[in-house]
Amino acid sequence: MSWDIFQSTKKSATRNGFGEGFLEAGRLDSRIVGLCADLVGSLKMDAFEKEFPDRFFQTGISEANMIGMAAGMATVGKIPYTGTFANFSTGRVYDQIRQSIAYSDKNVKICASHAGVTLGEDGATHQILEDIGLMKMLPGMTVINPADAHQTKEAAKAIANWNGPVYLRFGRPDWPVFLENQPFEIGKGLVLKEGIDVSIFATGHMLWQALEACRELEKQGIDCELINIHTIKPLDVDCILKSVRKTNKVVSCEEHQRNGGLGDSIAQILVQHHPCRQEYVAVNDSFGESGKPMELLLKYGLGVEDVVKAVKKVLG
Amino acid sequence: MELVELKRMASQVRRDIVRQTNQCASGHPGGSLGCADFLTALYFNVLNKKLPFQMKGVGEDLFFLSNGHISPVFYSVLARSGYFPIEELNTFRKINSRLQGHPTTHEHLPGVRIASGSLGQGVSVALGAALAKKLDSDPALVYVLTGDGELQEGQIWEAVLAAAHYKADNLILTVDWNGQQIDGPNDKVMSLGDLPAKWSSFGWEVLYLNGNDMEDVLQTLAIAKSKTGQGKPIVILMKTIMGFGVDFMMGSHKWHGVAPNAEQTATALSQLEETYGDY
Repeated sequence: MSWDIFQSTKKSATRNGFGEGFLEAGRLDSRIVGLCADLVGSLKMDAFEKEFPDRFFQTGISEANMIGMAAGMATVGKIPYTGTFANFSTGRVYDQIRQSIAYSDKNVKICASHAGVTLGEDGATHQILEDIGLMKMLPGMTVINPADAHQTKEAAKAIANWNGPVYLRFGRPDWPVFLENQPFEIGKGLVLKEGIDVSIFATGHMLWQALEACRELEKQGIDCELINIHTIKPLDVDCILKSVRKTNKVVSCEEHQRNGGLGDSIAQILVQHHPCRQEYVAVNDSFGESGKPMELLLKYGLGVEDVVKAVKKVLG
Repeated sequence: MELVELKRMASQVRRDIVRQTNQCASGHPGGSLGCADFLTALYFNVLNKKLPFQMKGVGEDLFFLSNGHISPVFYSVLARSGYFPIEELNTFRKINSRLQGHPTTHEHLPGVRIASGSLGQGVSVALGAALAKKLDSDPALVYVLTGDGELQEGQIWEAVLAAAHYKADNLILTVDWNGQQIDGPNDKVMSLGDLPAKWSSFGWEVLYLNGNDMEDVLQTLAIAKSKTGQGKPIVILMKTIMGFGVDFMMGSHKWHGVAPNAEQTATALSQLEETYGDY
């Protein structure tokens, strides 16, 4: 398979894919219910609300109560999808998720939009960059960060059939759609390009950045292997080790703090099984700020050129 | 069970509370003793429940304990109503037990539907279950118990607002209004103000109960049940005495989270008739 097929056919926000997938999942399984804390339009949950008004619960601006209600609904057999921004889906309600969902083994899907700096102009109060770390630390929690609208749609459908709590993270801005017709399986890495010089593992919006970097690096004679790790937990250890045993060099890319994100999860695996050089493309212990998504990606070290630099650095 | 048997069972439940907390030298006897009559009435007279335990509870009344620290009374009524062997009370708070310090579903203890302990979360959970039951046209009711100090948690009031908004008239919340919390009386730690007015203004049906009078417990729970299905959630403001049934524990916050020693246990048990057999 040539990796030339991964071209941007159009732009669409990953949250659009969530809205479509949520609606389709709801059509297939009447146990699915939706809850949203006053952000129905932003989360693209409006189509589900319109089609299934009885199965949709507007909870108002009270995220803690929303998480608790979802836990109660799951207790009696529903499959609740909660929706709010990533910041309010995690840090704000961490103890509620920990006790009422994770420790209580509730089948709740925590769906979180507007993650990362690409939220843009609203600024650092809303741009959570710690959510992957927070959520992956919870025992039994599955953490998924899809890369484009299509993959987000597939993920939104797949989590309905995945037993247990899930954190599904996606974003606000229009973003290239390039994974149409690609399979999606929770916990399975997706190889976009095979290569021998370096393994690039990317999640979320950063997959496109990494793909663009691979094109640039190819022109310079560097043959990257590019793998999409959409599921940060459970991590596809076999996929990662198979690649690293070939390349011995790693670059991890994520729109998240260096601390606690995908890169750290990969580093844990490398330390145990195959120690080698790794570079992080991630936010370096910093809050974000207001600005346009692409401006912010560049300022916070998440540009295509940052991936190119990281690859060259790891290659020494 | 009817009145006489319920009173006898409540005495046995109180013995279980004292013995459980003594044997592991930890736990919360005060609030547990205060709520013994209420939970005995609920599990042996009021709840429409089925055994063996099924998490979803289709067609069953559900009970959620939000103030999870009163686990000794919860475990006692669960065991004595047949969810798990009474002898298992002996494992309370010990290593490898299903009877964790605060209740959890994680160890698969039959009868427990949610973990609680971090306060303020149970009303939201109960509300979610109540709305899901309505969605399923399940006519059964959902009960939840909170402490009074627990009302200082903001999430409680989010749930109180939402329950009225959704007209969750299959939800019966009881507040253990004993006026005490760890650091002292509610009024000293953080005043709760005019609780009846608060609940009324949120749109709830408000009932009152002397939670240490079994006749009143039965009557008020029956009234609460009769008020369901009328568009409003129901709250029972239940006055109890922390430590009720053991004279040296009664009315003081000092027995909120302190276990009796051997001598104190002997004194306490001498005041509580053994009726259905100690575990």
